[in-house]
Amino acid sequence: MGNKAVERAAPWIAVALLVVVWEFTVWILAVPEFIFPGPTATAQALWNFAGPISVHSWQTFWTTMVGFSLGVLTGLVLGFIVGSSRFMYHACYPLLVGFNAIPKVAFVPILVVWFGIGSVPAILTAFLICFFPILVNVATGLAPLEPEMEDVLRVLGAKRLDVLLKVGLPRSLPYFFASLKVAITLAFVGAVVSETVASNQGIGYLMMSAGSQMRMPLVFAGLIVISVMAMIMYEVFAQLEKRMTGWAHRGQSAL
Amino acid sequence: MAQPARQPGAAAAPDQARPFVVFDSVSLAYDESGNAIEDISLSIHEGEFVAFVGPSGCGKSTFMKLCTGLRPPTRGTVEVDGKPVKGPLKISGMAFQNATLLPWRTTLDNVLLPLEIVEPYRRRFRRDRAQFVEQAMALLRTVGLEGYEHQYPWQLSGGMQQRASICRALIHEPRLLMLDEPFASLDAFTREELWCVLRDLWESQRFTVVLVTHDLREAVFLADTVYVMSKRPGRILDEHAIGLDRPRSLEVTYSEPFTNLVHSLRSQIGEIRGQ
Repeated sequence: MGNKAVERAAPWIAVALLVVVWEFTVWILAVPEFIFPGPTATAQALWNFAGPISVHSWQTFWTTMVGFSLGVLTGLVLGFIVGSSRFMYHACYPLLVGFNAIPKVAFVPILVVWFGIGSVPAILTAFLICFFPILVNVATGLAPLEPEMEDVLRVLGAKRLDVLLKVGLPRSLPYFFASLKVAITLAFVGAVVSETVASNQGIGYLMMSAGSQMRMPLVFAGLIVISVMAMIMYEVFAQLEKRMTGWAHRGQSAL
Repeated sequence: MAQPARQPGAAAAPDQARPFVVFDSVSLAYDESGNAIEDISLSIHEGEFVAFVGPSGCGKSTFMKLCTGLRPPTRGTVEVDGKPVKGPLKISGMAFQNATLLPWRTTLDNVLLPLEIVEPYRRRFRRDRAQFVEQAMALLRTVGLEGYEHQYPWQLSGGMQQRASICRALIHEPRLLMLDEPFASLDAFTREELWCVLRDLWESQRFTVVLVTHDLREAVFLADTVYVMSKRPGRILDEHAIGLDRPRSLEVTYSEPFTNLVHSLRSQIGEIRGQ
């Protein structure tokens, strides 16, 4: 087996190991299932409740994706605005940092008052939690260019917008795509958190109600489903990043 | 119109006697700390190749900014092509010590960049792209980059990047080419190769070149006129007309007249540094 093959198998080996350790620990300590179920019990729950789980995961998935899309859009636009001028950068940055420091769970009650329970608070929480990293990355990527490049462009009569579109924006793309990976996982967090508090659908709600009935295997099944969804979406964006911004990475590997 | 003091310079550019770039007692101060360059008066003829040499920080790059209209002078006037300079001059192309190619663009797309920005090419860029690509390819061919047009900058050596950077400066057929130590970061052999590339481009197109350099051999080999600048605030201390026959081959650099010229420049700069 070559190095490459080992590398590719590594994550699966790690998962398998984790499952074994988990099962073994639960078994050796004889923890009751309603406190801490092992992988077998969790898998059983996954299988037995496949129907409701898939309904609720679909709910979580689409609310997350809608919130995430809003976050990408807002992050891009605001990042472009904030990053395009020093004045805007200095004016907005402290505000944004302050906003980001607020735990987004704190918004859920407000959102419930405004929009009632259901999908809207979940979408908005996902959005609120995920747009910030995108904004910061886009704004950073747009940061001022080398004086020589500026001269080359300015002498040709380039306007601010030309410089931003031809140089700033392409250069911020690697940052942007890197931030998408972070943002998508955060979006799942936002949606699920909101569902646990203010919804009657979604994986968050499912886990909440299963937990209150001490059906721990089902709660764990929910956890697994969320993390699998997040991993898949992360990988999707990692691949997208590789495709779109190969130039930023190949440069280093060529050295 | 003719300035008696400039006679040697005029003799070195035989094809055009009309002054193209005229500096009339120009000074520039970036801030309160004093002038970066001071009281510069000179005239460069169309198609002339001039080089500026001097100690570090003598305001050679400032001269370029004034010439291309990127900075207005604090005092005095700058005229290019008979008109006072009022803003960035689109008829100029620039290349620097760093090639500053955009890493996400291929060599070809990097060279085409100015055409996407400068009028009147910009307006026609989409429609006439094929023609522009042809133009860029021809230019890349003359500098020896044929076959590398679809490579990215990081796949090119330093010398090749610099060739591409010069192509980018020339793609919109500027009448004024500004070179700020373009070969400073290259090894000696590559540098001499690029001297010849630049020489051939200039011989065939006869644009006006302002070359700022620390390399005295480079200045003497390439230029018609070499200006020696003082320490900050930069002033023009001397002007040397380089009478060596054209076209010059690298062999010239080992001839006695060449070495004498370089030698006298060197001692002059030594004196300036010692002051």
